[in-house]
Amino acid sequence: MIKSLKASGNKLAMIENQLKVLAGEPFKTELPTFVDKLKPINQFPLKPNKLEIFQINLGYMCNQVCKHCHVDAGPDRKEIMTKDHLERCIEILKANNIPTVDLTGGAPEMNPLFRWFVEELTNIGVQEIIVRSNLTIIRANKKHYDLPEFFKKHNVHVVSSLPYYQAGKTDAQRGDGVFAKSIKALQSLNDVGYGIEGSDLILDLVYNPTGAFLPGDQMELEAEFKKNLKNDFDIDFHALFAITNIPISRFLDYLVASDNYEEYMEKLVMAFNPAAVDGVMCKNTISVDWDGYMYDCDFNQQLDMKVADKSTQHINDFNIEKLAARTILINQHCYGCTAGAGSSCQGTVA
Amino acid sequence: MEKSYYNPKDLKKFGEIADFEPKLAEKFFDYYGEVFKEGALTAREKSLIALAVSHSEQCPYCIDAYTEDALKRGINEAQMMEAVHVAAAIKGGATLVHSVQMMNKVKKQSM
Repeated sequence: MIKSLKASGNKLAMIENQLKVLAGEPFKTELPTFVDKLKPINQFPLKPNKLEIFQINLGYMCNQVCKHCHVDAGPDRKEIMTKDHLERCIEILKANNIPTVDLTGGAPEMNPLFRWFVEELTNIGVQEIIVRSNLTIIRANKKHYDLPEFFKKHNVHVVSSLPYYQAGKTDAQRGDGVFAKSIKALQSLNDVGYGIEGSDLILDLVYNPTGAFLPGDQMELEAEFKKNLKNDFDIDFHALFAITNIPISRFLDYLVASDNYEEYMEKLVMAFNPAAVDGVMCKNTISVDWDGYMYDCDFNQQLDMKVADKSTQHINDFNIEKLAARTILINQHCYGCTAGAGSSCQGTVA
Repeated sequence: MEKSYYNPKDLKKFGEIADFEPKLAEKFFDYYGEVFKEGALTAREKSLIALAVSHSEQCPYCIDAYTEDALKRGINEAQMMEAVHVAAAIKGGATLVHSVQMMNKVKKQSM
């Protein structure tokens, strides 16, 4: 298993080095910056709409080390959200009418307080609980085998990554053996009713391109995934979210190491879609890190770009009015969310 | 004069053919766009046909463009290569079937 950038001492583990890459060519001379693109369409400064999704990163620990991971997650990452921060999140959700809680990581299930936290979210009546499950965690250890039943009990909306419907491409991105374990996990979710047409137990899949190219049409990809997963493994799921790989962290490392960086950024810029800007997720989401700091999105979290208003950067200082008035921080990585049909944690946006 | 006949960056300048003759370029690009829309064939099927023809036409720009298009559509390596084999089989067959003409002439002119 490969190591995280942090554990392997990769220079891109230092956020300032990622920001240096994003500030360099091709944006110095050839391509317009993201600000240059937003100004003519009157979207600069970028401002939020109503807060609808409270995305909480429960920790960077993961049982997988995916090559494209923007979190640089892995078994060697020890950052994990503690009970006091989780309790504070509950207080915030109780006091504010935020309909959706989106739990991510790492593998959020690896936080020892994960089940307790989901139960608390249920108790306070959160409308929708999303868990971003990497699937293999369900098969990684006997103690996780009953996760499908647990998800069902709490009507969790399960969103799981599967970059392809065959082993080769999936394992190339996510590690050897991941595809086989993912298939078993999907079947166990289907067994309790997840992903079945007409079922209230929602199982959606996330597709990330397995290389330096942009995702194609979401509906077309979904149809291919549905046909092949049904034929080959009798697997059902609801929707496929086609998500663009964002040029930060391990995907940035891959782009630079494979000499694809400048060409990839050019593809993102050429595919800039003004209509996608209105739907970018930073407009309706707040991302919380394991240490309680808040960001405009999970990508800004990984670049340590905390929300702009310094008086409400930590959950202990959460102020929904101030957050609503903030300016969203942007950089060249934001082109990833506005290319083509746009991209968000819920798939395309335009 | 360029040092090479092919430059990958020229693909992005394809639209500039309109600089020299706009009306015909417009008609061509409109036609091109219509051809690749979903129709009796899916856009996915058309993309694979285009990939195969790109090879038989030996057009590096087209191979670049339709390999990328295939990747975006989630078309896998085996599917792409099978499409190229179809082009290769037709190309090979087209060469070989002409050998009948050679054989006819040989037979006619030989004792």
